[in-house]
Amino acid sequence: MFNFRRLALILTPYLWLGFFFLVPFIIVLKISLSDYAISIPPYTPLLDLSAGWTGLREFFNGLDFENFSFLADDPLYYTAYLSSLKIAAISTFLTLLVAYPIAYGMAQAPDEWRPTLMMLVILPFWTSFLIRVYSWIGILSNEGFLNQTLMWLGIIDTPLVILNTSTAVYIGIVYAYLPFMILPIYSALEKLDGSLIEAAEDLGCSKASAFWLVTFPLSRPGIIAGCFLVFIPALGEFVIPSILGGTTTLMIGKTLYEEFFSNRDWPVASAVAVVLLLILIIPIILFQRNEQKQREAGQ
Amino acid sequence: MNRRFSWFNATSLTLGFTFLYLPIIILVLYSFNASKLVTVWGGFSTKWYGELFRDQAFLDAAEVTFEVAIISSTVATILGTTAAYVLMRAGRFAGRTLFSGMIYAPLVMPEVILGLAMLLLFISIGLDRGILTIILAHITFTMCFVSVVVSSRLVTFDKSLEEAALDLGCTPFDAFRSVTLPIIAPAVISGWLLAFTLSLDDLVISQFVAGPSSTTLPMKVFSSVRLGVNPQINALSTILISIVTIGVITASLVSKRQIAQQRADEQAAVRT
Repeated sequence: MFNFRRLALILTPYLWLGFFFLVPFIIVLKISLSDYAISIPPYTPLLDLSAGWTGLREFFNGLDFENFSFLADDPLYYTAYLSSLKIAAISTFLTLLVAYPIAYGMAQAPDEWRPTLMMLVILPFWTSFLIRVYSWIGILSNEGFLNQTLMWLGIIDTPLVILNTSTAVYIGIVYAYLPFMILPIYSALEKLDGSLIEAAEDLGCSKASAFWLVTFPLSRPGIIAGCFLVFIPALGEFVIPSILGGTTTLMIGKTLYEEFFSNRDWPVASAVAVVLLLILIIPIILFQRNEQKQREAGQ
Repeated sequence: MNRRFSWFNATSLTLGFTFLYLPIIILVLYSFNASKLVTVWGGFSTKWYGELFRDQAFLDAAEVTFEVAIISSTVATILGTTAAYVLMRAGRFAGRTLFSGMIYAPLVMPEVILGLAMLLLFISIGLDRGILTIILAHITFTMCFVSVVVSSRLVTFDKSLEEAALDLGCTPFDAFRSVTLPIIAPAVISGWLLAFTLSLDDLVISQFVAGPSSTTLPMKVFSSVRLGVNPQINALSTILISIVTIGVITASLVSKRQIAQQRADEQAAVRT
């Protein structure tokens, strides 16, 4: 009786995830290896299980990497991958530059201020991502808040074109993912023993060199975690380039979406997804390893 | 330790929080703008709110969104809590590594891939796209977040309490209900809230798995935002932001009071 219950307990979430998460990926992989066809659904199915052994043999004979070689040949795709990598990397670095002073200020703040500051960082995280990205259209557009302010101050004469460029995408990513960078850095800085910095200063370090020699290296695990938490989702980002990037900014998440919905080329869209996953595996494994190391160090 | 703000920290915090909040404040202000143009302040008006509530398409989308969010977050909480319990308490079983992989993977997976994969599943099993497919997809990705929140609570609490209940003759189910569940309840509730918010916000996955007759609020917002700024969307955003702000502040006040209560109880227990 007990064992039956245990089995049921394990199997319920297991089977759910297996069916709704694992099986879909096998389907994506399968479709990425099949050929495009003008039909519904728009691909020629490869694996025909009802045909039994012959079906399986035909499946292996028919396997080709045509869609993948198509991705390698067509410059649209590899420029989209490269431009996503570039945008994700640069915006991760910019997010770090913006987030570090905030996290540092929070960690140095008087104790009674910290819960409030913490709540102020978390609040945007609960607010709709889409709304926060949308709010920048009104600021960055040609007649937007930023241009009007700058023109009113007399700094510029003609409006800056920011919306629908990659600059707008950088701003959007930094803004949307800022809490993900602040929180891990803050938690690393908060744990830092203040007497270490006092010791460094007693031993003749200036404030700046105490920061670079003591504080910064000790906050590195938080920095690494934060960078992965921004870089990984930014790489496959769809909403920000669609709303702020216009037609000129290439990002692979958007390419995948358009390939699927506008061109209706499912095999190529699936191949794009498979390659994106392969690119993401490296940072994900590095991130897991960093977390593991932190957990072991904590124990 | 009692510290004061140095001028450097005060400046960086002020600038940082201005950056975080100014766009939202501008968005809210312009929802009360009488002029349709974003650039011109035409005086205070609440007409966009009125127009929003007269727009049947928005009302329908809101209904779909809340229906999906309530159902999917509730099922996701049950499945996610079970998954966390299995992961932390069920010991070793065949395929445990695969299981934990399936729980953590959706957290880092780009939404476009999740959406594409689930859509292809629904098509290949012949399930018509609609509210049901959105609910199924939302359950799947939000249950993983619930499971992470709940398992982080399960890690920290004392296993011997459960063992004591079992030793005293509880069945495993009774032990779970009367010992484990009350202790992890706050984590289960925050898991539900997280699942609810994620479902409410989700655009990309819904965009893939929704059918023509089932439009959610984020999908409606996305399609009108592509045409530029729309004061009606500002009004809608203001309503949603107010709900979230009130919710988060209430939750933090409640938890503050709970901590204070707990401390008082502990002190009382020490004294007796």
